[in-house]
Amino acid sequence: MKGNLEMSETDKEIDALSGVETTGHSWDGIKELNNPLPRWWLYIWYGTIFWAILYMIAMPALPSLPGMGGRNTPGVLGMSDRDAVAESVASLHAERSAASAQLLDASLQDIQNNLDLQQFAMAMGESAFGDNCATCHGSGGRGAKGYPMLADDVWLWDGTLDGIEQTLRHGIRHEEDPDTRFSAMPAFGRDSLLTSSQIDDLVQYVLSVSGHEANAAAVARGDELFLTNCASCHGMDAEGSRDVGAPNLTDAEWLYGSSPDDIRATITNARNSHMPAWQGRLDDATIKALAVYVHSLGGGE
Amino acid sequence: MGLMKKHETLERHSLALTLGILVTVAIGGIVEIAPLFYLENTIEKVEGMRPYTPLELAGRNVYIREGCYVCHSQMVRPLRDEVERYGHYSLAAESMYDHPFQWGSKRTGPDLARVGGKYSDTWHVDHLKDPQSMVPESVMPPYAFLADNTLHFETIDDHLKALRFEGVPYTDEMIENAQADLIAQADPDADYDAQDALVARYEEAAGREGTVRIADYDGNPEKVTELDALVAYLQMVGTLVDFSTYEADDLDNRR
Repeated sequence: MKGNLEMSETDKEIDALSGVETTGHSWDGIKELNNPLPRWWLYIWYGTIFWAILYMIAMPALPSLPGMGGRNTPGVLGMSDRDAVAESVASLHAERSAASAQLLDASLQDIQNNLDLQQFAMAMGESAFGDNCATCHGSGGRGAKGYPMLADDVWLWDGTLDGIEQTLRHGIRHEEDPDTRFSAMPAFGRDSLLTSSQIDDLVQYVLSVSGHEANAAAVARGDELFLTNCASCHGMDAEGSRDVGAPNLTDAEWLYGSSPDDIRATITNARNSHMPAWQGRLDDATIKALAVYVHSLGGGE
Repeated sequence: MGLMKKHETLERHSLALTLGILVTVAIGGIVEIAPLFYLENTIEKVEGMRPYTPLELAGRNVYIREGCYVCHSQMVRPLRDEVERYGHYSLAAESMYDHPFQWGSKRTGPDLARVGGKYSDTWHVDHLKDPQSMVPESVMPPYAFLADNTLHFETIDDHLKALRFEGVPYTDEMIENAQADLIAQADPDADYDAQDALVARYEEAAGREGTVRIADYDGNPEKVTELDALVAYLQMVGTLVDFSTYEADDLDNRR
């Protein structure tokens, strides 16, 4: 065994069966083939180590070594993800700027009258609508229960271009914005302003003004209640008022449903839905484009 | 080839091999461990970040319990498309009070780092109860049961204490009043003194006004539910930092 451990650098033993040289060790007569890592593999491996060192020098790498003033090593190339994204967003805005500068300068009516500008605004508005507005108002502005349809000509507040822009900028009942559109329907039932039977009468009255079948006796009782409690906002004729966002109760459009149960729930708890203000979250050009897009959906005034 | 044979010296001497391993592991260790001592320097100096209020924290716990993070990340990366879609890229400072953080890039649902204030409370309630009623193509499961689950917050002060141990700057006053603060934030008709105290405590920590919102988040004034807490949390996410005072060009804030 002692003799088997002897080895020589120059005179390697070649294994007869595989043709590969052995390491020269022998353990109880068992020998080990010497298959070194392939050279190409080894060189690539050394190369990656070298690359890592270069990369560390070229790119921001080491966090705030003592004496660096709390900053990371900036790297000789001065790369920064945050600078890069600021630049690419700026260049995106520059690409758009010709058209969006026109958009910012033009009045909403001018945009309507200039075909190129209108098409640009429509494309921009459509993409912004899909991402920001369609979540509530549905794709194409088809709306949902509690979320107004924008594709029809029924408007709670204002369906003009300027009115839509105002709504977009400041929202509806968005308390953080002093210019928001605001009104508050009282919760007649929850706050005990009306009794349960009075609300029943009002439900019948509202059903009757909108052309549904209703109990005539209850309607007669509800008439008086409507004048004292509801008419200040919804009008004597129940046709609503856009000044306070009070919906027209005589038409067939119902934001929260026209079943007696739905109307009862509305009178009892009030709805007072909220739309966030988009000024600050979206830039001015996008808001203008959205106003043009929403105006075009079907019922702009 | 000389280079190819060098390692044989190490392989043939156990002491040299041991020392070699020690040096290699030490380098790996330094690279992984040393930066942890400089973590403070990676957090941007911002205005407005504050510890989460007890209600928001309870909501965050619901968020984690329900595994919202499996589909939703909270990290807007500094990439043009993400900044265009979600808003300002996320800062390290914005998750400095998160234990655990909610970063990620796997998005079955959209990123939520800037969801706060984007939709109304009612939308969140409707959407959590039945996501497809709001977004027909959504694959999100419904969480209607949260509206029925009464929020258990008897131990909320312990949650604050645990986070303080982790380094979140909750004051003794915040911990003592945790339960009262939680109730005050979920009910706009509740004790106004308690509301003022809540707002004062957390706005002082934030260093600016308008970061604490009081609302009946789930639209059910009868009780404080898990839905109240979750919506309160979602409406706060990404809204704390005052980006009007954040200096992206400052060398300290470059990455």
